[in-house]
Amino acid sequence: MRSPDLLRHAWTVAAKDLLVEFRSRTGILSAAVFVVLVLMVFNFGRDPTAVSNVVLVPSILWVTFTFAAILALNRAFQLELENQALDGLLLAPIGRGSIYLGKLVANLLFVATVEVIGVPLVALFFNVEVWSHIGPLGGIIILATIGFVAIGTLFSAMTVRTRFAELLLPAVLLPFMILPLAWATLATTSVFAGRPLSEMAGWLKMLAGYDIVFVVLSLLLFPATVNE
Amino acid sequence: MTAIALLLLAGVYVRALAYTPVERLQGLAQKIYYLHVPAAVWAETAMIIVGIASTFYLFLKDPRLDRFAYASAEVGTVFAVLMLTTGPLWGKPIWGTWWTWDARLTLALFLFLLYVGYLLLRSAVADPGSRARFAAVLGICGMVLVPFVHFSVYLFRTLHPMPILLKPSPPSLPVSMLTTLLMSLGVFTLLYVGFVTQRYALGSVSEQLEGMGGTDNA
Repeated sequence: MRSPDLLRHAWTVAAKDLLVEFRSRTGILSAAVFVVLVLMVFNFGRDPTAVSNVVLVPSILWVTFTFAAILALNRAFQLELENQALDGLLLAPIGRGSIYLGKLVANLLFVATVEVIGVPLVALFFNVEVWSHIGPLGGIIILATIGFVAIGTLFSAMTVRTRFAELLLPAVLLPFMILPLAWATLATTSVFAGRPLSEMAGWLKMLAGYDIVFVVLSLLLFPATVNE
Repeated sequence: MTAIALLLLAGVYVRALAYTPVERLQGLAQKIYYLHVPAAVWAETAMIIVGIASTFYLFLKDPRLDRFAYASAEVGTVFAVLMLTTGPLWGKPIWGTWWTWDARLTLALFLFLLYVGYLLLRSAVADPGSRARFAAVLGICGMVLVPFVHFSVYLFRTLHPMPILLKPSPPSLPVSMLTTLLMSLGVFTLLYVGFVTQRYALGSVSEQLEGMGGTDNA
């Protein structure tokens, strides 16, 4: 598969998904409402005299993003279940790799949108200074999101046609999410505590390595999940 | 084979309890080490074997490889459970707590969850062809995850003892303890081989049953 075709077709698949999403907008609106709900629960669950917000914010941030990612991943292949759309996609003259990359890009953009909504909301509700840390924070968020969305896209292709698909996906995905999540949360904690960048370099390197390895692996394994 | 391995396991216990010196700081509780470490080693190794078998399956499409991967995964789960139960049993007298969220324990828990996910996926897919393919994909991802897990431990200074065997410098165990440990490791190896062989045989029988239209609860 020549490289220009791979990317071009991937973008076509991604654009299709995003167009479907944009027209109905239910997905992004539900995710946004969900974020607000989670943040409200966290607000009621804390005692401002016992623990400062800066201590809680990394956890809150990442719990919210994790749920959003799982929501996004569950709907990723559900689009293809109706009218045997998946067969249509497979019959199209594009490589399997393009389908995977297209789905990956669409999922990433969906989760990114939720994150772009979430971060300012967290800053607003919990009164923490985010803008001064936005560089490192943005980097951590991007790296971690790529990590779990890459594997999640692969797994959602497998789980979507099973019973209890929405439950099975998080169950199977859990071990693969925890590592990037742990590294990201630890790095976010040190960002908000004002630590120098060198302290979190180890975690960032692990995140980057993880991303590279699992995106490539998912790309290679994806055909096995859809071929008969 | 499994019977021999189990007898040898009893033999290792005798050796561990009677003939190996008691560790200075930790006392008798340290003896769990001889169970805990080989179980942990084999839990991780079994996952890697699942991954290797899965890789070969995706290339060769031989159902025997898939059956072998499944057998290894089930046995690995048992060893992971063993690791997760002996660990806290050792930890309670020594650390004063059953569990802590330090890196190695957390990652051990996730190895267990990896196995559970694998077994769940297998039970959720009805069609044998898809089941084998999906399980293979998950097995390979699991195998690739294990080194990340392993090396993360070096990044975090934790409560769990740092590795004293598989580390860059020579082992720092006294010889008699090392011998017992290696014996235990050998016994666990035999156990693994014995269990996997039996599970594999069971697997081929149940596949035949499934092929004939019977219900398969294995």
